Amino acid sequence: MNALQSIGTGLGMALFGWLLQTTISGVTRKVIARIQKRRGPVWYQNFRDIMKLLNKRSVTHGWAFDFGLLVALAGAIGTAMFMPVAGIVAFKGFDNFFMIIYLAALGVFGRALSSGSSGNPLATIGVMRGLTQNIGYKVPYMLLVIALISYYRTSSISEIVELQRVSGWSVLVMPLGFVVAFISLHGMLGKKPFDTYLAPAEIASGPLVEYGGKQLGILMIAHELSVFIEVSLFVNLFLGGGATLPEFLLKYAFIYILSSSLGAVMGRFRIEQVVRFYYKVPIALTIVQILMLAVMRGGVR
Amino acid sequence: MPKKERPSRFHPVSHTMQTVEVPTEKISPQEQAEAWEKIAHYFRANSLWMLNYCTGCCAIELPLVMTSQYDMERLGMMPMATPRQADILLVTGYASLKTLRRLIYTYEQMGTPKYVVAFGPCAVNGGIYHDAYAVLNRLDLYLPVDLYIAGCMPKPEAVMNGFKRLIELIESGQATGWKDYERRFDWYKSNQLEAVGEVYIHDEFHE
Repeated sequence: MNALQSIGTGLGMALFGWLLQTTISGVTRKVIARIQKRRGPVWYQNFRDIMKLLNKRSVTHGWAFDFGLLVALAGAIGTAMFMPVAGIVAFKGFDNFFMIIYLAALGVFGRALSSGSSGNPLATIGVMRGLTQNIGYKVPYMLLVIALISYYRTSSISEIVELQRVSGWSVLVMPLGFVVAFISLHGMLGKKPFDTYLAPAEIASGPLVEYGGKQLGILMIAHELSVFIEVSLFVNLFLGGGATLPEFLLKYAFIYILSSSLGAVMGRFRIEQVVRFYYKVPIALTIVQILMLAVMRGGVR
Repeated sequence: MPKKERPSRFHPVSHTMQTVEVPTEKISPQEQAEAWEKIAHYFRANSLWMLNYCTGCCAIELPLVMTSQYDMERLGMMPMATPRQADILLVTGYASLKTLRRLIYTYEQMGTPKYVVAFGPCAVNGGIYHDAYAVLNRLDLYLPVDLYIAGCMPKPEAVMNGFKRLIELIESGQATGWKDYERRFDWYKSNQLEAVGEVYIHDEFHE
């Protein structure tokens, strides 16, 4: 596969990820509406929202405001290009876990730069809370994934998916770890109770406070892409990816709708409660899981 | 009675050739923009994010419209947190001398296209507050109102009906209050200045 073909596949993957996630978040809005005894919008409502925003005029708050936004979008597209989905890998040999985490940080910091430079104090509070929460959920998640990588002796995601096909999904290998990773994913997606950094009633949607029109549209596209990256990383690492596309889509939709539905029935933590929670329960569970894994492996060999 | 000429194999009806004007010129950029506007109107009408500026008592009717009983999200409408993200400014009730300044600030922060929906008779002529010392009686002197919803207060059914009417207006391109505000900016500004003296909002806690 030559370079041009790889780039084409990668861009196709990013487009597929955006279409998939925008559709599924529209379906999820409907599911949440049913949980709240409502009817909810049509399933393509998020496409309409994005198109409306791209057709709306807005103001800018300086070049860093726009530049950070483009960095966020480019980071999200660039990361989605490396994501293996149902056996399709755009860049063979580069679908490494650390590669994806490294590139995904670009999107986060692009967004932080952009909304920080808007000059609104609520945006600054939101960015600060978002990065604090990032420190909160990243510690148990990274500990867990490093344990997983040392168990499988590889950090290539497509190889981990292949190994899971042989020896069963990672959920069976580390059940406690699955719970921890799901809690971390919940924080990554910013669902309640971990939506402290958005908090529309409290800090007026935090980092998004100064966005409107085209900028908000681009931000929504970048957000859908980063959700695609987070959820499909989770599905690949813990649920055995998917041999075929329908299998992958089923797992993907299940995980995202489960997380959103849990978010629909919960309240909101304060930011110090978020960090305290993450440093207590998931880290303790991770350490127990790693010890269990070590004992099991020691016993087997 | 004249004999009706029927088309047959032997007496074919003679057709006169009509020349059809084929447009030779390309579509001008303005026409392209207008064509795109029509598509954009569909998206604008079906994804309305609103900012509740709850100035008066009519705001109490909104929770029922938002939640499970009437559920305005099925029309694609959602409440938003800040004016930058919003498309509709809901003025739920009267505008007083103090709130009008904030209303103008909020309205001018919103990105175009933007729409104003006014609730109840207070926004039309002052309603039951028409002789109060701090209430401004006519809202459309100061902001371009696209839709009024009648009732004191309007029932949730009336609010839903009003929103559907607003969607129709936007889809057909008739909700052009924001264009009017741009065109007659001086007129609106002079009215605003006449009513409230100055539009600048003083920081009453720190000055």
